[in-house]
Amino acid sequence: MKPSTPVKIYGLMAEFDTPSQLIAAARHVREAGFRRVEGYTPYPIEELGDTLHFGRSWLPLLVFLGGLFGGTAGFLLQYWVHVIHYPLNSGGKPLLSWPMFIPITFEMTILGAALTAVFSMLALNGLPMPYHPVFNVPRFTLASRDRFFLMIRRIDPLFDVERTRQMLVDLQATEVFEVPP
Amino acid sequence: MSDDHDHMEHAGEAQAAVEDRRAPVVEPGHTFGSVTDKISSIVLTRGVQRGWVLGFAIAFSLTMMLLYAITMTVVEGVGLWGINIPVGWGFAIVNFVWWIGIGHAGTLISAVLLLLHQEWRTSINRFAEAMTLFAVACAGIFPLLHLGRPWVFYWLFPYPNTMTIWPQFRSPLIWDVFAVSTYGTVSLLFWYVGLIPDLATLRDRTGNRLAKVVYGFMAMGWRGSAAHWKRYHTAYTLLAGLATPLVVSVHTVVGLDFASGIVPGWHSTIFPPYFVAGAIYSGFAMVMTLAIPMRWAYGLEDFITLRHLDNMAKIILATGMIVSYGYLMEAFFGWYSMNEYEQYVTLNRALGAYRYQYWWLVFCNAIAPQLLWFSRVRRTIPVLFVICIIVNTGMWLERYIIVVTSLHRDYLPSSWGMYAGTRWDWMIYAGTLGLFLTLMFLFIRLLPMISIFEMRELVAHKEGERAAADVE
Repeated sequence: MKPSTPVKIYGLMAEFDTPSQLIAAARHVREAGFRRVEGYTPYPIEELGDTLHFGRSWLPLLVFLGGLFGGTAGFLLQYWVHVIHYPLNSGGKPLLSWPMFIPITFEMTILGAALTAVFSMLALNGLPMPYHPVFNVPRFTLASRDRFFLMIRRIDPLFDVERTRQMLVDLQATEVFEVPP
Repeated sequence: MSDDHDHMEHAGEAQAAVEDRRAPVVEPGHTFGSVTDKISSIVLTRGVQRGWVLGFAIAFSLTMMLLYAITMTVVEGVGLWGINIPVGWGFAIVNFVWWIGIGHAGTLISAVLLLLHQEWRTSINRFAEAMTLFAVACAGIFPLLHLGRPWVFYWLFPYPNTMTIWPQFRSPLIWDVFAVSTYGTVSLLFWYVGLIPDLATLRDRTGNRLAKVVYGFMAMGWRGSAAHWKRYHTAYTLLAGLATPLVVSVHTVVGLDFASGIVPGWHSTIFPPYFVAGAIYSGFAMVMTLAIPMRWAYGLEDFITLRHLDNMAKIILATGMIVSYGYLMEAFFGWYSMNEYEQYVTLNRALGAYRYQYWWLVFCNAIAPQLLWFSRVRRTIPVLFVICIIVNTGMWLERYIIVVTSLHRDYLPSSWGMYAGTRWDWMIYAGTLGLFLTLMFLFIRLLPMISIFEMRELVAHKEGERAAADVE
């Protein structure tokens, strides 16, 4: 039963039947001092995210900046075209007829913010990522169906294969897997 | 026993009793596993069925007709169409506005109802978003062809060019380019972001090697980790918040295409709001038109329940009343303006050459939906389906009336004219319906038509509610 070379593993992964067991386990593990911990669930569970990752996200700020950039660029483009590069008297309106520039400024704000939201989310999540060790665990396919997983990485200073495994078993994990790198 | 009595008076209990009388948003007894398996099996194990092949074949034939008609239009020019002077904006603009409007319900369901925490949206948002995307694709075809020289469409975009000219940014037609292209892009992003966790589910469920690679590629290595979900949730909510004002702006800009012109019947401040209401109205009718056959064909009555149909019917009724109010106000302003041309247009709509279309429009949009006041009607699916078709027809007629009646009588009787679509117009219109359905059939076959992860969330939420009720 004992794995051949424990040094080479990526971490230990515990499987849970219910979200509440996973959340309880995650809390316990965090309180025990583990830091390189990650939970995997079939749907977003806010509590788990707050337990494991309590840092503030950069995402909202990035989206704001993206929107600001889009809107500014949209307005300046129109200003430059209609006032500087190709001034054209249209219906006797002033060259800087800014109310008429608002719709495009608005659309560009939305476009800038939306593109930033999606691509920053992907980038911060490290996606696309073609390979990840967690997929080496055959049962992990159930993480996208109805099972809940908690993984502790080997590089965590407190990690010890036997003791960590025992801790996870004690936390009501149905099974504990070694994750090959 | 006295405890029981206390409970009866509890406001929360009374609320729960009211809840119970309505149909549930998901039939009881479903688990994380069962919703996952049921929705993913439609794509993965059900295989190609005869009904699907038949429907796809019809839709695809219409698409081929579309390609033929477009080819002929490009070769021969827009002279093939019914447009003339004074009616330069025939079917192309009617269909453009109709399709764009249909798209709006998808964004409304996925974004606005998400922000309002309407959990019943969960089982209809995915295919409503797909509907949006395909409707925008169909809509985009029309103004492009209407340019007359569609191969130089890129002149609409501001780019440094050797002619050193720029688009006129003060024109609502250029606003349209920005609004619709932004709308198309954001709808695609929203749809795709929503799909990522479900693509991962399909990747993990399928036994087919090719499918695993393709879904895996599209899922981009999604693992469903807590960190992933946290950022995902933020990004998705922000997108919803961005899409909400966007969807209003798009049809506002479409309304401004008309309202900024000095054409009698168009030059009215009521256009933007009543266009937005009309868009939601026709869009929900289209969602129902698709949802009713789909839930029947794929046995999704557990997920798309009578509650959904009931709620959507109420939204159709409400927006239909706003649209009817718009018609009334249009007539009122026509009279109140004391402007001879405005008054003429108003009378001419009701009594002139296009009076039949006008009164059909009033019947379809203002009278027929009044049946939805009755809850019996809202629960009788065939009647609902017929009403939705009537609403879709009515909204098409509305745009026809707005475009054609205003243009066909110019200020000088010497420039009066008449308009009718030619067979090429009809072929392109029917063709886009075919294209829309073709894309819809492919979508149903290849991607989960109901958001699986959000259904799991809904199941978890319902379980939590039940557990809380048990504790009480």
